Amino acid sequence: MPKQVDLSVELAGVKLKNPVVAASGTFGFGREYGQFYDLSQLGGICCKGLTLHRREGNPPPRIAETPMGILNSVGLQNPGVEDFISQELPELRRHDLAVIANISGDTPEEYGIMCRLLSAAGVDMIEVNISCPNVKAGGLAYGTRPELAAEVTQVAKAHSTVPVMVKLSPNVTDIVQIAKAVEEAGADALSLINTLRGMRIDVNTRRPILKRNTGGLSGPAVLPVAVRMVWEVSCAVKLPILGMGGVSKGEDAAQLMLAGASAVAVGAACFADPYAPLKVRDGLAEIAAVQGLDRVSALTGAVMPW
Amino acid sequence: MKVEQTCKILSKRQLNAYAVEMDLAVGDMVRASLTGPGQFVHVKCGEGRLLRRPISVCKWRACEDSDTLTIVFEVRGEGTQWLARRPVGHSVDVLGLLGRGFQIEAGETYLLVGGGIGVPPLLGCAGSCDGAATAILGFRSKDRALLLDEFSGSCADVQVATDDGTLGHRGYVDQLLRQELAGERRYRGILACGPKPMLKSVVKAAAEYGVPCQVSMEERMACGVGACLGCAVQMAGGGMKHVCKDGPVFDAGEVDWNA
Ligand SMILES: Cc1cc2nc3c(=O)[nH]c(=O)nc-3n(C[C@H](O)[C@H](O)[C@H](O)COP(=O)(O)OP(=O)(O)OC[C@H]3O[C@@H](n4cnc5c(N)ncnc54)[C@H](O)[C@@H]3O)c2cc1C
Ligand SMILES: Cc1cc2nc3c(=O)[nH]c(=O)nc-3n(C[C@H](O)[C@H](O)[C@H](O)COP(=O)(O)O)c2cc1C
Ligand code: FES
Repeated sequence: MPKQVDLSVELAGVKLKNPVVAASGTFGFGREYGQFYDLSQLGGICCKGLTLHRREGNPPPRIAETPMGILNSVGLQNPGVEDFISQELPELRRHDLAVIANISGDTPEEYGIMCRLLSAAGVDMIEVNISCPNVKAGGLAYGTRPELAAEVTQVAKAHSTVPVMVKLSPNVTDIVQIAKAVEEAGADALSLINTLRGMRIDVNTRRPILKRNTGGLSGPAVLPVAVRMVWEVSCAVKLPILGMGGVSKGEDAAQLMLAGASAVAVGAACFADPYAPLKVRDGLAEIAAVQGLDRVSALTGAVMPW
Repeated sequence: MKVEQTCKILSKRQLNAYAVEMDLAVGDMVRASLTGPGQFVHVKCGEGRLLRRPISVCKWRACEDSDTLTIVFEVRGEGTQWLARRPVGHSVDVLGLLGRGFQIEAGETYLLVGGGIGVPPLLGCAGSCDGAATAILGFRSKDRALLLDEFSGSCADVQVATDDGTLGHRGYVDQLLRQELAGERRYRGILACGPKPMLKSVVKAAAEYGVPCQVSMEERMACGVGACLGCAVQMAGGGMKHVCKDGPVFDAGEVDWNA
């Protein structure tokens, strides 16, 4: 009988009862999967990306299946930060899990306002999505330029009383450069990776499947990219990392943790199996037990590179 | 609680060269989550394919030992191909029952309009209408027709149209629909399922005759439960609703038909 493994971890001072978190945009505000199991079994939830005002997102089709992956162009469809605080947060608070609000803004000022409102509302952490376009910088994504990423991080930090985690985009030449800029600007944690840009074309109609032509790739296909990026970033910065991208079983989560992640998020895997986050948690616990670890956090950064 | 279940394939048969009918043992799924015809199940079609395939419920039976569900589907691509080849006695992973189906008032008379693989879900409607419904069913040609005997057994009147005239009326269902709406019988509403161009002309005819119309919509899905916001349909009011959660059945007036 393998001994009990301590599954609890810490992410920038936020205690998670286990290292498995639902990834932003794949789990709504928890209501739907909460019909399958008690959300208190999760370490936390990154809520669907919020904007200052309500948004309807992109026109359909928004989903295309790809080899071991999925492309999405949902966009930032959400009820707006104030509706989230009044309608969704109280419901989530009935469960025992860390609530991480994920935010996107057209301008740094919008990030600031949202951080202030969400801190006051008492979320446990704010995840700043910098993969969206900065309207002021001509639509260039914040996440693609160190100085833009640093600016949003500073503004978010200045307006938050809870830890700020910055979510990095993988669609850059050098993710380490962005990670360092964000660390220097005062971020408390990093999450990575967001989706990789991709495209799929119907050869008969010669039309892209997605109405927006391109979308973001996630699912098992992106796991090796995520592991590599988490590893590179964790070697270069001291911040704790929430690792994600393609996790669908315990072994995938263990890889991200060995590469340097303190906790992991599960996204697209839920679409195939609503219970995926719980299976990832159990699989991870089993790996830790078999390896004789007292606590799962011992995996973090323990890779032995050649 | 919604459930994901491993369901045994009890039987399957080929309804024509394209469509497969499959009976599944679904545990207590019908008793636990059936609200009416037009709902769907989300079926895992092999390990290599990440996304489940949405398939409407055609018939159901609640039973102490295990409920049964009947689905009817056409082979369109790899997923439905995999499902069609799955042998009797083997299992499939099913999430269900999902979505909001047709709203049918007891004792009222409805006009069912189906096209192609949109026909099977209407059989459930016929069952909920106590034999009083009229069905207008359209197919590309005679060799694509399906479930005609079942509809005859559960409807007051069944009319068939084929695009090429190989069976019944030659042409589209909306011609038969207009005839019927101009006739004697009065309907509480029209219940429609089929390809989008068909739905559009049905909705137009319904509006002309002032008959309320419910339509079953399709969109590409990921989660199937309302969490990912993937399966959006544009609404006439400018917002979005989602096929898997708010639908698949919508009031025709809600939908933006020009999107
Ligand atoms: C609510 C609902 C109910 C449905 N009921 C039935 C039914 O009873 N019988 C039936 O034969 N078909 C039905 N369909 C259509 C069926 O889901 C598709 O034919 C099927 O998903 C195709 O999968 P594939 O792997 O064979 O095709 P592929 O083209 O290889 O599929 C690739 C991807 O596109 C998606 N996709 C392709 N076509 C459609 C479509 N028309 N609608 C939604 N997603 C699609 C697939 O799910 C998959 O993710 C329904 C669709 C919806 C949305
Ligand atoms: C349908 C969908 C919607 C998403 N929406 C958001 C979002 O609103 N904000 C965000 O930061 N990331 C969003 N993501 C990215 C995920 O949170 C995650 O970073 C990515 O999918 C990789 O993880 P996975 O492979 O486990 O899905 C979304 C992903 C998907 C599939
Ligand atoms: S498929 Fe995810 S919301 Fe409908």
